[in-house]
Amino acid sequence: MKLGSYWLLVLKVRLDDGFKLYQKVQVLMLEIKNLHVEVDGKKILKGIDMHVRAGEVHAIMGPNGSGKSTLSHVLSGRPGYEITQGSVVYKGKDLLAMSTEEKACEGVFLAFQYPVEIPGVNNAYFLRESLNAIRRHRQQPEVDAMDFMALMKEKLEIIAIKKDLMRRGVNEGFSGGEKKRNEIFQMAMLEPYLAILDETDSGLDIDALKAVAHGVNQLRQPDRSMIMVTHYQRLLDYIIPDVVHVLADGKIQLSGDKDLAKELESRGYDWVSAA
Amino acid sequence: MSSEIDQFVQKEYEHGFVTEIDTDTIPPGLNEDVIRVISQKKNEPEFLLKWRLKAYKHWLAMAEPDWAKLNIEPIPYDSISYYSAPKSNKDGPKSLDEVDPKLLETYEKLGIPLHERAALAGVAVDAVFDSVSVATTFKDKLSKVGVVFCPFSEAVQTHPELIQKYLGSVVPTTDNFFAALNSAVFSDGSFVYIPKGVRCPMELSTYFRINALNTGQFERTLIIADEASTVSYLEGCTAPMRDENQLHAAVVELVALDDASIKYSTVQNWYPGDENGVGGIYNFVTKRGDCLGDRARISWTQVETGSAITWKYPSCILRGDHSVGEFYSVALTNNYQQADTGTKMIHLGKNTRSTILSKGISAGHASNAYRGLVKIAASADNARNYTQCDSMLLGDQCGAHTFPYIEVKNASATLEHEATTSRISEDQLFYCMQRGLSEEDAVSMIVNGFCKEVFAELPMEFAVEAGKLLAVSLEGAVG
Repeated sequence: MKLGSYWLLVLKVRLDDGFKLYQKVQVLMLEIKNLHVEVDGKKILKGIDMHVRAGEVHAIMGPNGSGKSTLSHVLSGRPGYEITQGSVVYKGKDLLAMSTEEKACEGVFLAFQYPVEIPGVNNAYFLRESLNAIRRHRQQPEVDAMDFMALMKEKLEIIAIKKDLMRRGVNEGFSGGEKKRNEIFQMAMLEPYLAILDETDSGLDIDALKAVAHGVNQLRQPDRSMIMVTHYQRLLDYIIPDVVHVLADGKIQLSGDKDLAKELESRGYDWVSAA
Repeated sequence: MSSEIDQFVQKEYEHGFVTEIDTDTIPPGLNEDVIRVISQKKNEPEFLLKWRLKAYKHWLAMAEPDWAKLNIEPIPYDSISYYSAPKSNKDGPKSLDEVDPKLLETYEKLGIPLHERAALAGVAVDAVFDSVSVATTFKDKLSKVGVVFCPFSEAVQTHPELIQKYLGSVVPTTDNFFAALNSAVFSDGSFVYIPKGVRCPMELSTYFRINALNTGQFERTLIIADEASTVSYLEGCTAPMRDENQLHAAVVELVALDDASIKYSTVQNWYPGDENGVGGIYNFVTKRGDCLGDRARISWTQVETGSAITWKYPSCILRGDHSVGEFYSVALTNNYQQADTGTKMIHLGKNTRSTILSKGISAGHASNAYRGLVKIAASADNARNYTQCDSMLLGDQCGAHTFPYIEVKNASATLEHEATTSRISEDQLFYCMQRGLSEEDAVSMIVNGFCKEVFAELPMEFAVEAGKLLAVSLEGAVG
């Protein structure tokens, strides 16, 4: 080995150590402690513990009925869930004490598994109202029509979504792929700190999946965390997570790095339940 | 956008104030003498007095209609005062400077652009305060192209031949109980005549306002569009807050000759009563247009958010061949409001077409009914009608009903009818709120989207106002 290579190796090790240290002191974005949730008296989540640091992408995998969607709905404020125990701290604040719109205004974004249609409400208008509601909450000046159009143009390029969709009603008559892409576009426009992607890959063919994943990757940045809820591993081929959790029977059974997802894919969820 | 949202958070009925002004009011009650007094005060020609008295005799023999899906408290016709005019009007104001400043202030509060701002907006306003028109703007500009736009009582003096020819030609005195009553006692309203080939250079607009206590308002409007002329007429209504119910029984007649086109838009925001259903206007209105000539076109657009009870069916008689009738409606009822509204399309001529698009929204304990008649006479070859009735429900205490009547006597007719009933879904609300919108803003946005096709038919400035009105009217409907 040439001397120069040796020093490069030393430098890499030092840098890696430094990065790990940096990650440890990274700001905690989300801290879920012993979260128990019931729906109509039925226990769905039975003690979830999770830490998400700023900039991290976490994947939550699990079989059907494991509580994945319940977790994303509770975090984003969907009504109808009873929290019986535990706490969720988001950016140092009690997330569970916030109303649905407060959560949104504080920067929690849910990319819906089934985006709803709102007939007659122009997509661009909807987004502008939404953006301005969030900006008012943060005591920032509202965005006028001109600035909004400019912002939209910029983000449209990142997400690669057809511009004419913006003139249609919210998700009105959109294909499955267009709806999912629109969710990611909204995320790009609203710039959340915590994005929850609920089964974003479901119903997408491989090209649409790649396009959506590309959009999501463009939006990864140090002050933004993401939680991807998914049934299949294939999404994680395109959006590489920092941490993978396996949720089964209302609890996180296993956590690991991206390789855990691969192992899970080959051995199936039964392996986790057995473990 | 922010000002719109500011509007949303206003809680009280915005136009709930009373102007203190001396009025010249006839004592309550109705008999032939009262009608003679009204006619005399207005210095009317003999034919009109006879016409009124004939209508009154009919009315005496008629009974209130009870077929509508409405609960109406008995109306004490004997305790209504049938004439009320601001006293300062005795000599008649000759310009805006002569108009009582308090009146002007009232219009100010209503946001009516009465003077120069109106010019910028391109709107002429014939403002009716209670029963007498007090100020008419832009008459000069209009008269240059021959358009007559004036208070009805003035037209009686200046164009008696037109009045005699067309008054009651579309809505006869015997048509129905409230039309007969109006014919007997109407006090004022608007008159429009568009001469042959003239495209009216501006939107004509009238704001009606009920002010005096216990005064029924019976205005009468007549619009005549001569051959190949075009006019767009806007009507906006507001009324101050009152504990008792007030009667409003108006009649509007439209006449379109060959190739003429009339577009009549209404934003009705009479006082709807409080959240317990106390007070509010009884809005019993007969509106009808006659496409008298070939290729004539009459289009009604209405946004009805006010009144305790609305009973109203703006209709078209498609008499001329190739004539076209349109009806676009949004009716919103909240709290204990009731609405029974719709249209009648009477196809008599060949190749006549009509379109009906009705959007009904119910919230609170309100009841909202669409009632429509499409009639194809034996003479109406190749008539076509398209009807779409959509209802939206907010909450589980309100009701929506659709009563479509279809009578076809000609086999070449083509009719389509579509109807939907929907509810604002939890999913839609959650979606909007997850994007940062409050529940009220979310509901208002979804409802506005639901009404979009109708709003698209309104003139620009009205469309904005209509959107705000829906939001204000829906306050308290959720949460």
